[in-house]
Amino acid sequence: MSTEQVVSAVVDREVAPDAARPAAPHDDGRRGDRVGRRLLRDPLAVVSMAYVAVVIVVGVLAPVIAPYSPDYVDVDLANTAPFTGDFVLGGDSSGRDILSRLLWATRGTLLACVVVLVVSTVVGVTGGLLAGYFRGRTEAVASWVADAIMALPGIVLLIALYTVIGPSIPTAMAVFGVLIAPANYRLVRAVVAEVRGELYIDAAKVSGLSDLRIIFRHVLTAVRAPIIIQSGFVLAAGIGIQAGLEFLGLGDPRVPSWGGILEQAFSTIYLNRGAVVAPALVVSLTILAFVLLGNALRDALQGSGRRRPATAARVAEARAARPAPSAAADAEALVSVRGLAIGYPDGLGHVRPVVDGVDLCVHRGEIHGLVGESGSGKSQTAFAMLGLLPKDAVVLGGAVLFDGADLLADAGAMRRARGTRIAYVPQEPMSNLDPTITIGRQLVLGLRAAKRMSKAKARSHLLGLLARVGIADPEAVFDMYPHQISGGMAQRVLITGAIAGDPELIVADEPTTALDVTVQADVLALLRELRDERGLGMVLVTHDLGVVADICDTVSVMRHGTIVEHQEVRGLFAAPEHPYTRELLSSALDPEEA
Amino acid sequence: METDHGPLLRVEHLVVEYRSRGLRAPKRVIDDVSIEIGAGETLGLVGESGSGKTTIGRAILGLAPVTSGRIVFDGTDISGLRRRERRDRAQGVQAIFQDPYSSLNPSMSIADILVEPIREGATAAKRARVRELLDAVGLPSDAGSRQAREFSGGQRQRIAIARALALRPRLIICDEPTSALDMSTQTRVLGLLREIQERTAVSYLFISHDLGVVRAMSDRTAVLLGGRLVEEGTADQIARDPQHPYSRRLQMATPVADPELQARRRRERLELLREQAAAGVA
Amino acid sequence: MIGFTLRRLASALLLTVAVTFVTFMLIFSDGNAIARATLGETATQEAVDAKALQLGLDQPVLTQYWEWVQGVLHGSLGNSFFTGEPVTAMLLTRLPVTLSLTVIVVLLTAVVSVLVGTLAAVRGGWLDRGLQLLAVAGAAVPAFIVAIFLVLTVAVEWGLLPATGYVPFSRDPVEWVRSLTLPVLAILVGSIGGAAQQFRGAISEILQQDFVRTLRSRGIGEAPIVFRHVLRSAAAPGLTILSLQTIGMLGGVVLIEQVFALPGVGDLAVEMTLRSDIPVVMGCVVFTVLVVVVVNLVADVVGAWLNPKVRLA
Repeated sequence: MSTEQVVSAVVDREVAPDAARPAAPHDDGRRGDRVGRRLLRDPLAVVSMAYVAVVIVVGVLAPVIAPYSPDYVDVDLANTAPFTGDFVLGGDSSGRDILSRLLWATRGTLLACVVVLVVSTVVGVTGGLLAGYFRGRTEAVASWVADAIMALPGIVLLIALYTVIGPSIPTAMAVFGVLIAPANYRLVRAVVAEVRGELYIDAAKVSGLSDLRIIFRHVLTAVRAPIIIQSGFVLAAGIGIQAGLEFLGLGDPRVPSWGGILEQAFSTIYLNRGAVVAPALVVSLTILAFVLLGNALRDALQGSGRRRPATAARVAEARAARPAPSAAADAEALVSVRGLAIGYPDGLGHVRPVVDGVDLCVHRGEIHGLVGESGSGKSQTAFAMLGLLPKDAVVLGGAVLFDGADLLADAGAMRRARGTRIAYVPQEPMSNLDPTITIGRQLVLGLRAAKRMSKAKARSHLLGLLARVGIADPEAVFDMYPHQISGGMAQRVLITGAIAGDPELIVADEPTTALDVTVQADVLALLRELRDERGLGMVLVTHDLGVVADICDTVSVMRHGTIVEHQEVRGLFAAPEHPYTRELLSSALDPEEA
Repeated sequence: METDHGPLLRVEHLVVEYRSRGLRAPKRVIDDVSIEIGAGETLGLVGESGSGKTTIGRAILGLAPVTSGRIVFDGTDISGLRRRERRDRAQGVQAIFQDPYSSLNPSMSIADILVEPIREGATAAKRARVRELLDAVGLPSDAGSRQAREFSGGQRQRIAIARALALRPRLIICDEPTSALDMSTQTRVLGLLREIQERTAVSYLFISHDLGVVRAMSDRTAVLLGGRLVEEGTADQIARDPQHPYSRRLQMATPVADPELQARRRRERLELLREQAAAGVA
Repeated sequence: MIGFTLRRLASALLLTVAVTFVTFMLIFSDGNAIARATLGETATQEAVDAKALQLGLDQPVLTQYWEWVQGVLHGSLGNSFFTGEPVTAMLLTRLPVTLSLTVIVVLLTAVVSVLVGTLAAVRGGWLDRGLQLLAVAGAAVPAFIVAIFLVLTVAVEWGLLPATGYVPFSRDPVEWVRSLTLPVLAILVGSIGGAAQQFRGAISEILQQDFVRTLRSRGIGEAPIVFRHVLRSAAAPGLTILSLQTIGMLGGVVLIEQVFALPGVGDLAVEMTLRSDIPVVMGCVVFTVLVVVVVNLVADVVGAWLNPKVRLA
């Protein structure tokens, strides 16, 4: 079943953009040969393409390969079971060869497929392009019509319109094409809307290109792949609907059809049990083939290729290759990272290191800056200290020593420490708050997970903290939802959440990068004050040397997964030792030349 | 070299309003802003989020609606022009945007991207122009056959610059062109922009939230707050000795890469804030 | 929120009117042909004209529509061209069958797909892969074909459950369950597969979001994160998924009623359309539109209510 649902599922998935990239495909058929090769490597794709090819061939050659004519009757062979006599797949209740009728019926199916595909693509794509590009009233009207059409189950409308359509499957399929066009329309409109917002469209407009050219050059190429993928699912739906209509007896009784054969066989099921199997299988397999083809096309056109996870052997190899971590940790330190090494699967079964042997020490009351550019591994190091690495991260070696335990090795210790003794301040204030609950409730839930206390006590404690971090009306904010407060306030709320459990160490990942510079200055001041009041140790990941100069006591400079220099802050700025550090310092642009 | 019409770009009392749904009052994003840019000059536009700095750039490019006021480019009023008219009269104004990842169409080759704005000329001439442009931004000539995703952020920004240069512009709107880049890459890209200016005498409207970057790139600077221009002056003066209370707060809040100096500035900043609070300053 | 609800209500009303209008226009368009269809191929033109007059088919379609609307506002959907019975009465006898089938399937789908989808998203592994397979298989094989296979095996070969017929709950609850078991199962296979897979996708996406990582950093365990936070965010998309499934299922129900000889609304529609008994067909369309509109409205409004940004706007 699920004709429109299948299609809707595709639409919703295509429309939802993945983490960082827009819906524009990587390959869109321009690299046709690469796509073709990818398809051929996928066994399911090969099988389904072969099956579809067979169906097409059968449909075209039916008159030649069918053993009997579809109307040939041998009364003696009526209701014979499959594999018992001359009729290979059995005889129907009138005495006709089921196999021959199935083969001949393939032609009707092929015709229906073509009709549905052409109508739905033309109507849907044109509508989507126009609506998505021109927006405004065009889009409002078109979307409303599309929603109206898609609201009703197609088969119900087709049944109702039978009096107008008559017993003609091609006409019914054309109507179905219109009924399912909204799926294409929505897909195209969504892609167009997304592409429209992309800066390269702005750039094209600035270059002086006309709207028509922009649509064809940029938008159509972005839409090509999703529509091709969609076609597989549209065809699957079409075949299902066609079989359904024929099964209900709404097709042309004079023409053999898969659904019709099925209906006849089913009505005499007690006389001839085996007869239903063949037509049911044929319909199911054909629909399945198109669905699989759609999936395979999606993987080939939009996937980044089969990503092989790192094999256990490679991981063991990578781990064994690591040098042993250097001498003992600093006993005085709050937290000690020794020889930390983290890698990620590179898609080909190997592990690529992103943190390659990092030693780090943070003492009570020390704000330790972790500086580097993108890809240096600084954020990965921070997440490792919190036990918040993504699922596919591979720890290749090293230890995070905190209060006598290696948090990396001892999951229980990590769980106990997190939130209570080691806390996290994230970078983006808005996306790090649960949008569906009030600020107060999330803070209370977080605090009570860390420390056992009553709701009332948690609330009063948090209200006090919110006031401490500089929020003017804590009670009002408590009852607000994240979307109702500003970015600066949200960051203060996140800081409150971090210190509520009274931690000893804070790991902050670029906590001020997303803030305006005036707000940043206040938040940095706040962090410094909290450190002074509570004796906190802090790991502050940043790429901004001004922030480092402002708040850090010691600095570790990271590059390509290792620490290239570690110094006390004044020494680092006055006398940098490593050439990379010097390069970084020279590229800093200050408002006033020192 | 200035024409007799005066400066290259003149924005006069620009107002940009967006209508909001229902009975709510329209949102005024730019409120009576006037600026000027001369030929071969760089005007820095600095402000925080919500200041409207990006919208001014978009209005000049014809990507945001002008509610009232004029935008005069090289003597012609380009405020209300439609696309085709802009093509004829305003193609001297080009743009470089912030995000190097979404400003290039991922399914086109670099050569196609660069050549797209050029409408006239034989294929051979166009190909030569692509090579010229790639050379001007320091990219190898085989880059033309590759696709955007094969390049790093800094390299993509160079491609974006090359595209902006394709139509030999007189003014380029640079909307936070290095905000998404690493510091070392930023230095190189800014250096490239300066070098291009020296060679071709192109003017820049340099939009950024970073006072340090703006100072390094601009001749003059304008400070925006809530859609209004609160101060304008030479880049040096705005960076070292701003007058308007907000400009002063902005300058004091921007951290410098010198721990001792920064410690002193922190104290001065607290002083300033106390002063301003006592005087009831906005 | 109120504004949102009113706007949705207006949209729903407009949709109902538009669809019924277009459908009416289309199927009542050729009065002559309809009259002939009721009398048979051999009827004379005079007989056909007389019939058309009798049934009011000689009037312009717009007038017929207007009269029909007036009838609807008074609670009447017209009368059958064949039996003269009021359409409303015919529908009411059929409603319990279709509704019991639909409601049971929707409830079961909702419960099972949320459970399975959440587990698959959180645990992954074989459950996840199995679900993917089920989703593809379910999408591929139409419900009525699953039904045929079920009838072949369970009813015909093994004789465990009845192949056809419907027993009302009031007459015999146990038989009612038995008569609905195979039909429900046939639809569930595809329905659960699709819904669970989509729900899994929604949950997966939410699990990747920044705020979930921050919640973990606070020391909150996986289970509370899923139940108190993730499911809340998944509720709105979940409702959309479920409403789409329900509407898609309506089409499947029609065919299922045929396979199992269940005297429901779908079965009525098919029977009547073959006889060109248009008013009854129109009545069935109205029923379908109403179900669709109500389901969408409820899903939209509840989904919006769950979203603080809309609730407080």
